[in-house]
Amino acid sequence: MSPTTATVASTATATTALGASVPRREGREKVTGAARYAAEQHLPLRAYAWPVPATVARGRITAVDTTGALALPGVLGVLTPYDAPRLGPSDDPTLQLLQDTRVPHRGWYVALAIADTLEGARAAADAVRVTYESEPHDVALYEGHPGLYTPEQVNGGYPAHREQGDPDAAFADAPVRVDVRYAVPPLHNHAMEPHAATADWDAERGHLTVYDSCQGTTVVRNVLAGLFRLSQDQITVLAEHVGGGFGSKGTPRPHVVLAVMATRYCGRPVTLSLPRQHMAATVGHRAPTLHHIRLGARPDGTLTALVHEVTTHTSQVREFVEQAAVPARVMYAVQDSRTTHRVTALDVPTPSWMRAPGETPGMYALESAMDELADALGMDPVELRVRNDAPTEPDSGRPFSTRHLVECLRDGARRFGWTGRRPPLREGPLLIGTGVAAATYPVYIAPSGARAHARPDGSYLVEVNATDIGTGARTVLAQIAADALHVPLDAVSLAIGNSALPPGAVAGGSTGTASWGWAVHDACTALTERLARHQGPLPAAGLSASADTTQSAKQKSPYARHAFGAHFAEVQADTVTGEVRVRRLLGVYAAGRILNPRTARSQFIGGMVMGLGMALTEHSGLDPAFGDFAERDLAAYHVPANADVPAIEAHWIDEHDKHLNPMGSKGIGEIGIVGTAAAIGNALCQATGRRLRELPLTPDRVLAALEPGPEAAGRAG
Amino acid sequence: MKPFGYVRATSLQAAADAYAAHPGSRYLAGGTNLVDLMKLGVETPGALIDVSRLPLDEIRELPDGGLRVGATVRNSDLAADPLVRTRYPLLSLALLSGASGQLRNVATTGGNLLQRTRCGYFQDLSKPCNKREPGSGCGARDGLHRDHAVLGHSEHCIATHPSDMAVALAALDAEVELYGATGTTRTVAAAEFHRLPADRPEQDTVIRPGEIITAVILPGAAAGSLSLYRKARERASYAFALASVAVVLDLDEGRVRRVALAFGGLAHRPWRATTAEARLTGAVPSPDSVRAAVDAELARARPLRDNAYKIPLARNLACDAIAELAGTHPGSPATP
Repeated sequence: MSPTTATVASTATATTALGASVPRREGREKVTGAARYAAEQHLPLRAYAWPVPATVARGRITAVDTTGALALPGVLGVLTPYDAPRLGPSDDPTLQLLQDTRVPHRGWYVALAIADTLEGARAAADAVRVTYESEPHDVALYEGHPGLYTPEQVNGGYPAHREQGDPDAAFADAPVRVDVRYAVPPLHNHAMEPHAATADWDAERGHLTVYDSCQGTTVVRNVLAGLFRLSQDQITVLAEHVGGGFGSKGTPRPHVVLAVMATRYCGRPVTLSLPRQHMAATVGHRAPTLHHIRLGARPDGTLTALVHEVTTHTSQVREFVEQAAVPARVMYAVQDSRTTHRVTALDVPTPSWMRAPGETPGMYALESAMDELADALGMDPVELRVRNDAPTEPDSGRPFSTRHLVECLRDGARRFGWTGRRPPLREGPLLIGTGVAAATYPVYIAPSGARAHARPDGSYLVEVNATDIGTGARTVLAQIAADALHVPLDAVSLAIGNSALPPGAVAGGSTGTASWGWAVHDACTALTERLARHQGPLPAAGLSASADTTQSAKQKSPYARHAFGAHFAEVQADTVTGEVRVRRLLGVYAAGRILNPRTARSQFIGGMVMGLGMALTEHSGLDPAFGDFAERDLAAYHVPANADVPAIEAHWIDEHDKHLNPMGSKGIGEIGIVGTAAAIGNALCQATGRRLRELPLTPDRVLAALEPGPEAAGRAG
Repeated sequence: MKPFGYVRATSLQAAADAYAAHPGSRYLAGGTNLVDLMKLGVETPGALIDVSRLPLDEIRELPDGGLRVGATVRNSDLAADPLVRTRYPLLSLALLSGASGQLRNVATTGGNLLQRTRCGYFQDLSKPCNKREPGSGCGARDGLHRDHAVLGHSEHCIATHPSDMAVALAALDAEVELYGATGTTRTVAAAEFHRLPADRPEQDTVIRPGEIITAVILPGAAAGSLSLYRKARERASYAFALASVAVVLDLDEGRVRRVALAFGGLAHRPWRATTAEARLTGAVPSPDSVRAAVDAELARARPLRDNAYKIPLARNLACDAIAELAGTHPGSPATP
């Protein structure tokens, strides 16, 4: 590590609010239950709505009989595609609910029951009789599916196909080659708080108030305005506290549209909280990805060819293409490359964002293939990555604003006690191995507004429509404000989670702190200047200053801006049961300036735990017979339990990058998941000598791989 | 949730009477499974008869060295009981491998035996299930059935029983004590308490309408035997068994005097491996003889499209557990 560009954070001392391990401002409210979430808004005369999911995977509704439902006590109404209000336009067709009789996938909402009580709404929903004309469905993704096509763009606005040089010829000529396929199954975000909204239409005032569990209230307000043909100032969307999202609340989801339909219909506040069993089909999932990777290298490890071809699915409702080949455009210096995506629209629920879309499945495949290449070369996989470190972004040729991947690998190797390739250990029936993988995540920035207000009593109020989905955003924004105002942290209070505040970006794409923080920084800096010019005591109304980062955030950077990281894992495989457990997990990140070590560590560790789940336990199976996801609750969808989570360490390089934002920060919410699954898979391979190329690494697969005899899956090299 | 009545029983007879008086009623103890199923609409009882406050929460020593475990003893209390830990360590291990700490604090001994399958098709009203709705078909057979049965299943049902505790009880030759509507008491062997699905998968157990589990009797004969419970699962806690095994072993000068072997996660009930037991009794439990005996048992398995892995998994678990108890473990110091 070069001390002139980076130092290890633990040696840095914070003399300002930024960089201090400040506890969450709302921590006490949350642990005491005082924090109110979207479904917990106890408004007078509140009613409840419960949606009715389709029970066929493809077809058409031919009749909806609501007689039985409407006869139940306390039922206020049942909306169906035949009588639901017509919605205005939306970019997202998954929000065009109850607008026609087509059923694009099992679980698609076909009716909505509204009643005095939650139980009444649920009973009414159960009593709705829907008749379908069903058609044969297709939910199986495979390479060679006849419906596959190359889309124009993939998620994030990236081109679907990129090619540099002649990768096929370069691969054919390469003295060392790896040609491998990996599969990542569908995965679900499953935030702890389900998707929920309480909507309150005040017909007299012509105003709609919505408490929504979402990652950004500005976008929810704007989309609702279009759908319900209201002006934006007729709608207020609030999200004071949100119990996780991981991307699945990044845009409005069906629950909030249905809640608004219901309050407009019955004229009372209505709460709709999705049952966990509905969520697999209605709020998005990580699409399955099939990866074909070819790597060519010279005997010294220098990459000469890289081909990453991704096959994935989307729904019949909306094209969403997981950009899993995109990280290969960033990672390694290679002249001849092809990165491409093909997608087919199946009769499946609509996929969407899940923590580090693209990077997570893409880097699992790429970093597993790099490990296979290291095997083929007989080279330390850390050294192989160092050898191929890219001086400029391979796909664009742009210089990196900062890139400390090598430092992350070296620091991680030192901390972890990495010794390169060594024979696996055996403890009784346990095989023990270690693995490494790299991580990357892009720096995005989105425009935001903010307002800072100085009160005569010496306190400050900062207003920004940030959403704290559990990350600590509220806390770190106060730190940014305090430093820009040159005042103690406790002099600053924050107002967030309200669409009436200056517009804020979505808490997604690891952009939140940078995007809101930039606006907060600018507003507070402007207020500081205004206060400096002000003579005498402040007026009773105080003094304010605003900022809007639209111009600065939209400015195209000449730099390629990405966070990088390195993951190290030690795993054990039980030769009796095929059970794989992680013993140690360590990540080192280069993600710009870390503004709050306490909440940052929590983000990194949270991402790593989610990656551990992806590696070992999480999978959603598409039922061939019924067309829906088989795992529909947290007993069946196995997120890691405490017992699965070993000693986890997150460290970071204190990276100084002048080409980001005034705080010098990169996003940290997603990179923790990115390389974790590959590091665990690589460790399992090292432990057992067997390469499993399909996630998750469940006992059935591991046991089959451990059976004596020739290796079923084969091994490169 | 459908409206339902609620009766708090003050005595066993009052509970039985209330059951008879309320058609379609269910006994409520911990409710950790029943209430979930009511929310899903799988169970729609006319009334809940709350037996959780009946004086059935004692663990009592029996003259033969066994234990009488009241039906409402909580799973966590049973697992932690010093006599259980000393005399029947596999029962404690089995209990602690099930559910979560919070659930074990609430779930009862009787309720654990009466919990229903976690088959996703059973829990989803929009799909066919012969167990939930006789004659509607089995959704799991053509659907996803990685977790389902490989032994003793029928064309009507391929569900597994989810209990860990019941597997240990089957291996211990425990008995289930039942109180009937007419005030009579009978006992049923734990290994016979759960049924195979055959053509009546809606019937999980041999319990008769209105009967209440009052106790589980742990026989003195098994007290102090070598015993072990091992479970394979997808995550380290709070997951049902892909396969599990309960073993009780008595050795006499290197030979098996008595062995009890039961599998969990493989069938509609805890699978007492009588074929393997018969082969092993009197034999030297060498790795080869154990493997042959277990293979003979598992030769009866009929795996489905997605779950053939359960057979080698169960075999490995059983061979490993017996080897560990017999001291012939490949990893144990006694053998190279």
